[in-house]
Amino acid sequence: MTATALPSRSRVQPSFVRYQFETAYDEMFSAPGVPREHYQALHRTLLGLPQEELLKRQQAADLTFLHEGITFTVYGSKEGTEKIFPNDLVPRIIPSIEWAKIEKGLTQRLTALNMFLRDIYHEGRILSEGLVPRELVYSCKHFRREMRGLNVPRDIYVSICGTDLVRLPDGNFAVLEDNLRVPSGVSYMLANRKVLKRVFPTMFRDYGVWPVDHYPQALLATLRSLTPENCQYRQDPTTILLTPGVSNSAYFEHTFLAQQMGIELVEGRDLLVHDNVVYMRTTAGLRRVDVIYRRVDDDFLDPLCFRPDSILGVPGLFNAYRAGNVTIANAIGTGVADDKAVYAYVPEIIKFYLNEEAILPNVPTFLMTNGKHRNHVLQNLEKMVVKAVGESGGYGMLIGPHSTEQQREEFRARILAEPRNYIAQPTLSLSCAPCLIDGEVESRHIDLRPYILMGEKVTLVPGGLTRVALRKGSLVVNSSQGGGSKDTWVLREGNGEDRVAKIPSFERKAG
Amino acid sequence: MLSRVADSLYWMSRYLERAEHTARLVDVELQLWLDQSPETGAGRWRFLLEGLHAPGAKGAVDAAKLMNALVFSRTNASSIVSCIATARENLRHVREQCSSEMWEQLNRLYLNVMQTSPDEAWMVKSHGFFRAVQEGTHLFQGITDATMSHGEGWQYIQLGRYVERTDTLASLMEAHFKRNAQPAEQVVESAEYLEWVALLRSCLAFEAYCKAYTAEIRPLRVAEFLILTPEFPHSVRFSVDRINAALHVIGDLTERREKSPTRIAGRLRAQLSFSQIEEIMVQGPHAYLENVRSECAAIHSAIHEIYFDYPIESEMAS
Repeated sequence: MTATALPSRSRVQPSFVRYQFETAYDEMFSAPGVPREHYQALHRTLLGLPQEELLKRQQAADLTFLHEGITFTVYGSKEGTEKIFPNDLVPRIIPSIEWAKIEKGLTQRLTALNMFLRDIYHEGRILSEGLVPRELVYSCKHFRREMRGLNVPRDIYVSICGTDLVRLPDGNFAVLEDNLRVPSGVSYMLANRKVLKRVFPTMFRDYGVWPVDHYPQALLATLRSLTPENCQYRQDPTTILLTPGVSNSAYFEHTFLAQQMGIELVEGRDLLVHDNVVYMRTTAGLRRVDVIYRRVDDDFLDPLCFRPDSILGVPGLFNAYRAGNVTIANAIGTGVADDKAVYAYVPEIIKFYLNEEAILPNVPTFLMTNGKHRNHVLQNLEKMVVKAVGESGGYGMLIGPHSTEQQREEFRARILAEPRNYIAQPTLSLSCAPCLIDGEVESRHIDLRPYILMGEKVTLVPGGLTRVALRKGSLVVNSSQGGGSKDTWVLREGNGEDRVAKIPSFERKAG
Repeated sequence: MLSRVADSLYWMSRYLERAEHTARLVDVELQLWLDQSPETGAGRWRFLLEGLHAPGAKGAVDAAKLMNALVFSRTNASSIVSCIATARENLRHVREQCSSEMWEQLNRLYLNVMQTSPDEAWMVKSHGFFRAVQEGTHLFQGITDATMSHGEGWQYIQLGRYVERTDTLASLMEAHFKRNAQPAEQVVESAEYLEWVALLRSCLAFEAYCKAYTAEIRPLRVAEFLILTPEFPHSVRFSVDRINAALHVIGDLTERREKSPTRIAGRLRAQLSFSQIEEIMVQGPHAYLENVRSECAAIHSAIHEIYFDYPIESEMAS
């Protein structure tokens, strides 16, 4: 199944000696030793750099991350909970034509999912038509009855989304997961870019890459476009970022985004609600809050409404929200649409609301509530990836081919006990890309998480977070499970020749 | 500005000032130790602990253990390492409020001290470590002044630094005056000379003193210099002036100028501005410094009550 990247060992350049080929789609090579057109310049650069130089640049980059404290927290790990997010220096390159399709596909998908959320929290047309089973929606643990009949600004429930895409062996992108609650990782997209521009300045300029640096500004514009009706100063709403606090795994990102947007980073204990109005406690007294970009899960937002033991939230916040005095983004209860069982119905959801075929396909998914599916999966557990429907971040997952007999038995029992709680997908061979491992280029599996913003208009920053499964052969890219990331370059037209003075065309009116 | 943020910036700054102060004191003591007879040397350790208001000032003192407690111990919240770790933790809570350069510098200082362990080799070259801590904090101050906007947040950093400095200076001098005879106008000799020079050096004031009064060490002038000089950054009066300046700006920005912190700080400032060293000596320097410290504590509580943790009811009524 495997072969070295270059035809004969004697002619092999040192940096690609250990590069392996698999059945998976290879981002760089169309055949062993033959780089794809958009990767040629990068391939040449890597071949031209001696191993020590590569190592040196990687170390310089690692040091930057450490000194700037670009870290995340791993839960349940004993030794020092703060870790650097491993960064890989070899960029991932996406040609403009492929990006155009991703952009169209994601805009379509998010538009439909927002319509779906509006529908299930109001009339429930799609449920009456029987296209999505009622019990599937109502049994989802992220479905919030409290949201029934509540109108949100512009009918936008999900304004910040980070969808996980994978490239299938045939080279097409497919959606692996919709992250519609509090997707994270965008700060690493920006940090990777900053570091890479420092490490490979010339190559970066010659390639003609779309910038991503305007993301914070676009995010702020999106949040402000969702200002509630009852806001006193509609021109200048007070917008804040609500964080669970310093022990949260994405705390670095919260501080980073707040700083870049120039808004206050607030914890639950800084806020209070009086007469259904949210205030924050400042040195100059209490100040009214209009828009909350929350990075706190639904469960912890308001102890009076959701989990009563939460100290991260603000008592009375939900009532203020209901009264239309404050916007919470993303809205409460969006998790029902990224439930992994509901995911299976997304192509139908798109068809129902937009009367279009899904531009980006789903990955085949087996529902454990369906007897036929379940039997098939239980008989082929060693070939399947089993996921808990409400989890994210790579927790609660079984990777069939890399599992032990004992783990499989454990999951078999769990599936039979709670079929609604699990789905299975055939093990996908995620595409491979060159990565720098100990000064040599090797191939590793990757995915792609672009970030979509939806407010007055839809904004996709051309780029995203390419996550890397750094362990050899591993298919798990989550940062909490030993994954890393690399910079993602979306090319301008024609590999950069006409890159001068073109305004990004990646913004469009929401449908 | 969020109250919690102001609180964190204030404490971050206090802890850093404390780390620097401790590093300076221990460094000076170690230098002085070399010049002293063994008996006096042992006595000095106790004095050092008193000057720092640290526990364990009674009974026999073991140099290595003491060093560990003052520098590395994580159970002693005032050890250098603890202070830097807490300062960093405070800044980490409000990272978006400071410049990236500030965070990087404090993080680098933290990583540097965390890498150091108290073994034999360290004891020999400890001077380098204390220098690194002092330089690291000075660099942080410089970066703060150069890269952070001098708005409300910066003022809380000033406030923290000078409240801490006033308190530590007063403590140090109090311990010194308690130990030594009433400061006199006469020039001192040998053993006593070393003590007074050490006090000056502990306040980074030796050179500045010499410029003002030449190298003749007259205890009364030393006391005057450290308490009443308005121009020297490690004098009590200078620090209290800065507390006042910061509180005035904050008071204006938050429309709380009439409140208690400004009033108490103004009172203390007036006292220092119009005191004469001779009068202080009559009253007793010990009592005078004790009063400075209790006023300083009152300023601290007032800041807390007006800016960080005020009752909601009063705000809702207004």
